[in-house]
Amino acid sequence: MKIKAQISMVLNLDKCIGCHTCSVTCKNTWTNRPGAEYMWFNNVETKPGVGYPKGWEDEDHYRGGWHLNQKGHLELVAGSKLNKIALGKIFYNPDMPELDDYYEPWTYDYQTLFSPEKKHQPVARAKSQLTGQPMDLKWGPNWDDDLAGSSETMQDDPNIKKIQTEIKTNFEDAFMMYLPRLCEHCLNAPCVSSCPSGAMYKRDEDGIVLVDQEKCRGWRFCMTGCPYKKVYFNWKTNKAEKCTFCYPRIEEGLPTVCSETCVGRIRYIGVILYDADKVRSAAEEPDEQKLYERQLEVFLDPNDPEVVAAAQEAGIHDDMIEAAQNSPIYKMAVEEKIAFPLHPEYRTMPMVWYVPPLSPIMNYFEGKDSIHNPEMIFPAIDEMRIPVDYLASLLTGGNTTVVKAALYKLAMMRLYMRAKTAGKDFDESKLDRVNLTADRATALYRLLAIAKYQDRFVIPKSHKEYAEDTFSEQGTVGYESCDGCGLAGDRQDRFGKKQPQKTSEEIYAESFYGGIWRD
Amino acid sequence: MAHPVQWFIWTVYPYLMLGSFIFGTIIRFAFYPASVTAKSSELLEKRRLMRGSIFFHVGIIMVFFGHIVGIFIPKVWTDALGIPNEVYHMFALVAGGLGGLAALIGMLILTYRRFSDVRVHMTSTLSDLIVNVSLLIIIILGLSATFIVSATQPEFNYRENLSIWGRQLFYFRPNYLLMLNVPLLFKAHVFFGLAIFGFFPYTRLVHAFALPIRYIKRRYLVYRKRPQL
Repeated sequence: MKIKAQISMVLNLDKCIGCHTCSVTCKNTWTNRPGAEYMWFNNVETKPGVGYPKGWEDEDHYRGGWHLNQKGHLELVAGSKLNKIALGKIFYNPDMPELDDYYEPWTYDYQTLFSPEKKHQPVARAKSQLTGQPMDLKWGPNWDDDLAGSSETMQDDPNIKKIQTEIKTNFEDAFMMYLPRLCEHCLNAPCVSSCPSGAMYKRDEDGIVLVDQEKCRGWRFCMTGCPYKKVYFNWKTNKAEKCTFCYPRIEEGLPTVCSETCVGRIRYIGVILYDADKVRSAAEEPDEQKLYERQLEVFLDPNDPEVVAAAQEAGIHDDMIEAAQNSPIYKMAVEEKIAFPLHPEYRTMPMVWYVPPLSPIMNYFEGKDSIHNPEMIFPAIDEMRIPVDYLASLLTGGNTTVVKAALYKLAMMRLYMRAKTAGKDFDESKLDRVNLTADRATALYRLLAIAKYQDRFVIPKSHKEYAEDTFSEQGTVGYESCDGCGLAGDRQDRFGKKQPQKTSEEIYAESFYGGIWRD
Repeated sequence: MAHPVQWFIWTVYPYLMLGSFIFGTIIRFAFYPASVTAKSSELLEKRRLMRGSIFFHVGIIMVFFGHIVGIFIPKVWTDALGIPNEVYHMFALVAGGLGGLAALIGMLILTYRRFSDVRVHMTSTLSDLIVNVSLLIIIILGLSATFIVSATQPEFNYRENLSIWGRQLFYFRPNYLLMLNVPLLFKAHVFFGLAIFGFFPYTRLVHAFALPIRYIKRRYLVYRKRPQL
């Protein structure tokens, strides 16, 4: 047994309202720099939809993640080491997405709005942030937000092609849900495994996956290796960048920016202890539908005295063990089994999990005499507006049984709490059928619906005071020291002439005015 | 000294350029290691890069090994092995010609791409443009030196003068007189090639030294541990 601790996240999709606050605060923090304009370490997609980059779930096209080779062993879909050398993929990476698969970043020509008075009303035209040329906008971030224009693009959602249920696009029968996405900080990270320079790594102490900007040589295999397409290439620094899980905040025991600012309080952060020796065999499970359950087997029970002893021996700090014992992630993923990994069939062992959404069914159902007849939830969920097999193709590799069990449980918990608050009778034996007790249903309700800050975020401090050389830590946080990475680094033109830009302080003073952020 | 300019070009200038090459490489890796990247523009344009980059890299690697053989294997060795000069020459022309042609096709595509594609052009630095154009020039010079001279001056054999001078550079006794009767195209190729070595470490070309050989034997997952007290 080789115990490691992993910081992980659960997102309760039932409560996501698709407001994009997480994306915007993340962008303000990490990717508002030249070269990084098109990057969204966190983005929120409307599902069904093609997503960002377009059709990222189509691994026949992008060839990310792992598959099993003929001997049944893990191999990168993008090709084995030998294959990459033999086909000269280092000269040209055939599977890499292009900028247009994301979108070309633009700004508007605001200057014309302030030009001298003219006969016609001035218009601020869209101008590419890459080339400065005027551009026709054909695609952008969240182009299909809230199913906008989805009659054109929705059928390209790879999940729709996979499932049996016919998806209807007419207004009356349409459904949608939001899927906030960030780096999964996988246990079996294919980006780390693809990096030829060894610049990508998993932090031993908390499993956060990072790119060492000093070591990155820009070979771009991480971009193709990641099936979630969450590693980006900065066209200015020519290096890879990705979600950092806001590690400077995590080290201080603070939640990530996306979690902190989530207005729906849908995000949970906690520690999971896992057995690193089991990861490989779990990821080599031949049956895709079982991969979710195999991943659960990799996680260790933090309350088991043997596990605690082994963790202490492995040098895991007591604070980390205590956090694991109080982890909301462990509760939702392992104890209650209401959270699921995103696309476990990529065999990456992702560590950002999702509670499937229930809302449309409950709205349809709550008007009826539901409290007295809770059995109704079972047929209702089977005919839910968001088809269960759509959710299963997102979250469990097609295993509908476990998704249904989670939805039954969530629906039953709601009915129970509704009866309790409304002072109605509720036959508690009904809770048995979904493997709940009255106490656990209440606890689950507190965790999901009340969602107190300290229940959502159980993050141990990293104890940097034990780091051997604090001097070496200086300046390692953020991108400031790297040329062209700073918030507003000087943009050079082709002849090396510096074009002065606003400093970080100026940008800050401009947008943070009187205590509120302005756009 | 009868030919001061020739003397300078064939005894001093090579060391200036090679010195700059070594000095620059050391400085780049010692003080600016983070700036060494492949500087890929594949994100911005993909289709032409595929053709150009594969042609160029495969070609230039063939050409590189061809130059190693041509300069470092003395004629007496191949003579001792009983390889006739004509056979050697034919082989060099065919292999070098193929490699050179591939590199030329690749570089033409890449240069055209760099100047015509708006995204690639606007995000290029002056150094990128210089590198592109000079590689194109050196390949054209190399190919024309090989083919034009072997057609017009078949009696010229670079292994009897140019190669010997090349080897002499490495034991610091270059005899510039050997270079005097070398055809102008060859001279230009050597002169320009040395210049490329001179600016190599200060440009994107330095990525050739970042070849990730260690990946072949590395395990897939990499963990990094912070040193603890």
